[in-house]
Amino acid sequence: MGIFGKIIGALKKTKDNISSKLSALFAKNKLGDDLYDELEEILISADISVVTAEEIIDQIRAEAKAEKLKDREFVVDLLKDVIEDTLREAEVPEIEYPAVIMLVGVNGVGKTTTIGKLANYFVREKKSVTVAAADTFRAAAADQLTVWADRAKVRIVKHEEGSDPSAVVFDAVSSAKAKKTDVVIVDTAGRLHVKANLMEELKKMGRVVSRDYPEAHFYKLLVLDATTGQNAMSQARIFNEAIDLDGIVLTKLDGTAKGGFVVSLCGELKIPVLFVGTGEKQEDLQLFDAEEFTEGIV
Amino acid sequence: MINVALFSSLSERLNHIFSKLTKHGKLTELEIKGAMREVRVALLEADVNIFVAKKFIADVSEKAVGQEILKSLNPTQQVIKIVNEELCALMGSTNAKLEVADRPPTVIMMCGLQGAGKTTLCGKLAVLLKKQGKKPLLVAGDIYRPAAINQLQVVGGKAGAEVFEKGTQNPVKTAKQGVEYARSMGYDTVIIDTAGRLHIDDALMQELENIKGEVHPDEILLTVDSMTGQDAVNVADTFNKRLDVTGVILTKLDGDTRGGACLSIKAVTGKPIKFIGVGEKLTDLEPFYPDRMASRILGMGDVLSLIEKAQEAVSEEQAKKLEKKMRDASFTLEDYLDQFESLKKMGGAAEILGMMPGMSKFKIKESDLDEKRMERVKAIILSMTKREREKPEIINSSRKKRIAAGSGTSVQDVNQLLKQFEQTKTLMKQIRGGRKLPFMR
Repeated sequence: MGIFGKIIGALKKTKDNISSKLSALFAKNKLGDDLYDELEEILISADISVVTAEEIIDQIRAEAKAEKLKDREFVVDLLKDVIEDTLREAEVPEIEYPAVIMLVGVNGVGKTTTIGKLANYFVREKKSVTVAAADTFRAAAADQLTVWADRAKVRIVKHEEGSDPSAVVFDAVSSAKAKKTDVVIVDTAGRLHVKANLMEELKKMGRVVSRDYPEAHFYKLLVLDATTGQNAMSQARIFNEAIDLDGIVLTKLDGTAKGGFVVSLCGELKIPVLFVGTGEKQEDLQLFDAEEFTEGIV
Repeated sequence: MINVALFSSLSERLNHIFSKLTKHGKLTELEIKGAMREVRVALLEADVNIFVAKKFIADVSEKAVGQEILKSLNPTQQVIKIVNEELCALMGSTNAKLEVADRPPTVIMMCGLQGAGKTTLCGKLAVLLKKQGKKPLLVAGDIYRPAAINQLQVVGGKAGAEVFEKGTQNPVKTAKQGVEYARSMGYDTVIIDTAGRLHIDDALMQELENIKGEVHPDEILLTVDSMTGQDAVNVADTFNKRLDVTGVILTKLDGDTRGGACLSIKAVTGKPIKFIGVGEKLTDLEPFYPDRMASRILGMGDVLSLIEKAQEAVSEEQAKKLEKKMRDASFTLEDYLDQFESLKKMGGAAEILGMMPGMSKFKIKESDLDEKRMERVKAIILSMTKREREKPEIINSSRKKRIAAGSGTSVQDVNQLLKQFEQTKTLMKQIRGGRKLPFMR
């Protein structure tokens, strides 16, 4: 693989702070297209889509021209502002109770773990919580969720492996209604968004909630893995078409991936990010903060 | 649901660049530069790492300048051909062999990030090995994720392979005991499942190194989610540096990801990509074919061979007629039937459709297109009146019942056909906007 010898070096470079990179550019007095190309690369390296990156750069180019490109800090601040504004284009909903929160997503993004963390979050908010093990497909998914439920000390509703997930949802909302539980969190099996029949199953589960527990506020959250690239947009688009998403939970932000696709998500699809997952412990869940996230990318 | 715009964009953009160019002659530096800008975008949209893409473009540009355009190809196709060839070359050859130890048992160790699909893959590998007449043992080395051992046991049960587990005992010890157990019990292959971990988690990476040091695996397989983005290089590079992996397996390729991470991984590790995971069933494991992956990354489908095949089956006149219909959206169920007939002439319909850009997303199952199904489609359409064929929107439930009875099918079948027809029409509308379907050039 000789021809790619330099890549690793180049990558090391991306990990460096943007400021130092820009300093170098300014020091060399290499403004203009070089600067913008460099900025674009930084954005794409963070998994911001090519289209969004181009839009952001255009915006900066226009503003920089109007206000005269002054110095490094000026450009960095401008870039941060544009990204942060884009992230704020999607409004974050306030969670009202009683609530049913259904987590959906492709396989392996961390849905079950996130439910464990969410349960813990709501318990800390002094809410009563029931989790519903409606992933009846993956081997031992209910066992995994049981461990999380025990850790958070919340109730779990589960059926046998292979049973109808909608029936689990029905049982969970029925008992939540009777017991006046504040929050029901529904785990669902991981499914690739291109599998139409599995998307139908999700719709059905959603219908059970709306029909049998109409007084609850129903939130459908898509769990996205920060390591994912451009496919995250496709996932969001198709899940949104199927069940009308209320928000995103971005997981695995404790790695080196930046999850920049959420910028496109907020800007284009107007789906807000509610929570971010940053570790394997139950308290490793935070409310999304646009400013903090922007700092992480730039 | 189908993002055709993305898929058709590369050829569309290239066509635009070359529209002013005379059909034949040499590709000039300026034209190549313009074309390569578009190739770069295509690669980035497919999640190829930006530095990998840049280097690739530089190398390919050098090769492309001055190349004679083949008589049979237009410049767009010529560029795609060069890019495609280079991609294939980079991704190596098909190498779906697993190393076998001189003295059994052969030890296979899995590694990767959380959620990449390691545990499922263990089951798939066990099924594959059993098919080859081997006797695999699964070893449960993931002691961190709740119920991971249970999951492996269920997967092992489905695969018909025994699972060796020692609860939450140190996985290094479990791995060692597992291999010893395999040796004493006459298992010829050991597959060690390990916990998913972040490449920057030093303690857990050290644990993998310790397992490796203890059991000396013949294969260390890095499992990577094919939907991974720019970070794939960091992940693959770190795992490879610390463990010197022997191969890579890409998972979840049954989705609509373009899978550019694959090129990035190959570029930074140089290790062969051995298998791809293409579904949730334990038999859904396939060898890796570089040429298929290349066209997937480019989002091109195998345009060139499609042209070849299609030219034989669709007469020029027919094609023109169909194309016109697509352009003014007067495509009817009758044309749909004609198309099916042409497909039949071309042979393996699933194969042909898979070659078409954008079509791979349909993920057409062989069973959807078998002879029997085609016959059913034919019967349903032939049971419709002429007006129904031209205006399917008039088909109400009593008409559906009649059509179903007439064709010996069910209302459900009729519904399904109508739905598929609508999807095809939508797809055509999206393709319309000036671009010719590849087989109509």
